[in-house]
Amino acid sequence: MSRLRLYQITVVAGFILLLEALCLSGVIDKITMPAPHIILRDLFLMLLAGRYFDEIGKSLVNVLVAFASAYLVGVIIGTILHGHKTTREILDPLFATYYAIPVFAFYPLFIVMFGLGDGPQVLIGFMLAVVAVIMTTLNGLDRVSPVLKKTARVSGLNALQTARHITLPFCAPYLLTAAKLALAYAFIGVIGSEFIMARSGMGYEISYAYTNFDNATMYPLILLILLLSIAANSLLSRWERMLLVRRGQA
Amino acid sequence: MRPQENATFRNTVVLIVGLFLFWELAYLVVGDVALRSPWQTVNFLGKLMQTDLFWLHLADSLKAFAVALAIAVILGLLIGFALGLHRLSGEAMEPMLVALYSIPKITLYPIILLAFGIGISAKIAFGAIHGIIPVALFTLNAVRTTRPILIKTGRVLKLSPAVMVREILFPAAVPEIFTGIRVGFSLTLIGTVLGEMFAAQRGLGYMLMSAISLYNIELIMSVTFLLVALAASVNMALLVIDRRLHHG
Amino acid sequence: MTVAVTAQVTLRGVTKVFPAAANVNPVHALGPIDLEIRKGEFFAVVGPSGCGKSTLLELIAGLTAPTAGEIEFEGHAIGDNVPEGVGVVFQEDACFTWLNVIENVEFGLRRTTIDKAEKARRAAAVIEMMGLRDFARSYPAQLSGGMRQRVCIARTIVAKPRLILLDEPFGALDQQTRLLMGDEILRLWRQTGATVFLITHALDEAVMLADRIVVMSARPGKTIDLVETGWPRERDSRIVERENFGALTSRLWKTLREESLKTMGRAG
Repeated sequence: MSRLRLYQITVVAGFILLLEALCLSGVIDKITMPAPHIILRDLFLMLLAGRYFDEIGKSLVNVLVAFASAYLVGVIIGTILHGHKTTREILDPLFATYYAIPVFAFYPLFIVMFGLGDGPQVLIGFMLAVVAVIMTTLNGLDRVSPVLKKTARVSGLNALQTARHITLPFCAPYLLTAAKLALAYAFIGVIGSEFIMARSGMGYEISYAYTNFDNATMYPLILLILLLSIAANSLLSRWERMLLVRRGQA
Repeated sequence: MRPQENATFRNTVVLIVGLFLFWELAYLVVGDVALRSPWQTVNFLGKLMQTDLFWLHLADSLKAFAVALAIAVILGLLIGFALGLHRLSGEAMEPMLVALYSIPKITLYPIILLAFGIGISAKIAFGAIHGIIPVALFTLNAVRTTRPILIKTGRVLKLSPAVMVREILFPAAVPEIFTGIRVGFSLTLIGTVLGEMFAAQRGLGYMLMSAISLYNIELIMSVTFLLVALAASVNMALLVIDRRLHHG
Repeated sequence: MTVAVTAQVTLRGVTKVFPAAANVNPVHALGPIDLEIRKGEFFAVVGPSGCGKSTLLELIAGLTAPTAGEIEFEGHAIGDNVPEGVGVVFQEDACFTWLNVIENVEFGLRRTTIDKAEKARRAAAVIEMMGLRDFARSYPAQLSGGMRQRVCIARTIVAKPRLILLDEPFGALDQQTRLLMGDEILRLWRQTGATVFLITHALDEAVMLADRIVVMSARPGKTIDLVETGWPRERDSRIVERENFGALTSRLWKTLREESLKTMGRAG
């Protein structure tokens, strides 16, 4: 095991042990937070008993819908914009400022417009994710060097073939980055919205548990969300890294 | 203004006009049941800004934001420098910081509320955790990727470590650090407002949520517009500085 | 007995002007140029920076069309299309980083209609010829600059082009590797029997490798001298020992020095 891995594991383990110690010794009281091993046990029991599966499933479905739509729309728009310089230049300030804007501020507006169903959450997730996908797609397409395009012409490839055999494989790492970002933002958007005001889903269950002082439900769910988002992010990061290493772009 | 900034200015104006037109169009399509026109919104905002209550809420938000930002920047810089200077720590912690960046931080909010109680401290803590990570990451990177040639130049010129940091290393790192602060600024703002939307009794975020329970569309739109406009304009200003720093 | 000399590429009155763009005036890059490249010869072009050498190569390759004049390849006019039978090796690294060496080389056979097995066979043969056999399954990122350039050359020659265009292909390599690559190019030239058109800024390289060398003026590039080396076909880098090697290189430099000074903005 490399020194790096060892370091990282030590930090994480150290942190958990610290929490455990603080909880068991009473520095952190039970009302604020149960000990980590209890949270883990409760999560285990919860999953085993199949409780909240519906809510978890619902949230995940919404996240996936937000992710998939943002990814698809984002890649398409990014590709189109790449060929239209003026439009792209006009939209550039919007992209540069987009992630400074509190997108969640639109949530109440969406509730008014679309009612209290799943729509507003998915829309917020979509809005958060889509611009990251557009920007990453543009970035990837920008980097296709002129010499590769010339090689395509010398090899007699038409536009579609160039896209398929050269542009796409070249951009693959960027497409993966875009997926990673889109998933993270979709998660944040959907769960965050469920938190603030919704009637179902994981975020809602957590906020409901909070208002009802139900630590035994709240903390396991929080842990579950943390684990899911970290796992998804790590998997995509690892895949992305593999591609980059092979191409010498790491 | 430089030609490049001229172009950006022109594009921004076109964009803003475009967005307003889009808004007006949306209003014409959707109608009063769910939207208000740009003019109505700005009008209402003007009236709102004449009430004491508005300024009370605004002040509360700004107070929380300012403290959160200060904490985020100071802690972020410290963490960033520490990790940047110690090679192994930097390499090991960076992916972990990046992973933390991607989790929905709002899920941690109940924990913060339980720890700090409902009030301004919770908002400040929540805002701060949003801003710390980008400041730390950018600072870490800035320190870590200081080009060795600069250090060699300093040594050839026989500069003392203090002078080297002050005259070479710090100025070289400033552009990257500033970007981190700029991103941290925006994220802290978002975090503060988000916190107010969930559990607070004061602040702009709270105003937004109470507007929804009152079904006061004008209020919803005015506050949303204010937040977006504020966040966007400050960020644009910071961006101009950021770009100037990067291009010297 | 004279061997019939056929022109493979002819340029007549070829001019290239790049049109005005935002903040940029139109650029008269090249010409008018009259040139003839003979079938099977090794032809080099030297000239000061910015004289339009690369533009000349792109015109012949069909990557860009002339503003005036005609270019013909094997009797047919080249417009904006790369003719079949022409191969190009660029100055920059054009390896596909997502394919390994074999896949990169096989890509060169895209335009042909031969079956998979034959493609694999030909690719393997060319990889062997270029000394890449031990790295067949490696990815470009794992190879040195010189080897990546060899992969690009392999990818170009696997399709058996009749005209090979090389745009300063060794520019990014160190001097020793360049000399070795020079020998390899000569060997390839003889083995494939193709016509080779090389652009280089290294005068000794041009004199060492080519049958004929054309010297271009500063922008707008026109041909100002044409040198025949008269070397035998069976040659390698040891040609530098020949008596008139020095004389030829000096002649090129004398013509070129003035043009280069013009480009640098000083009087000769």
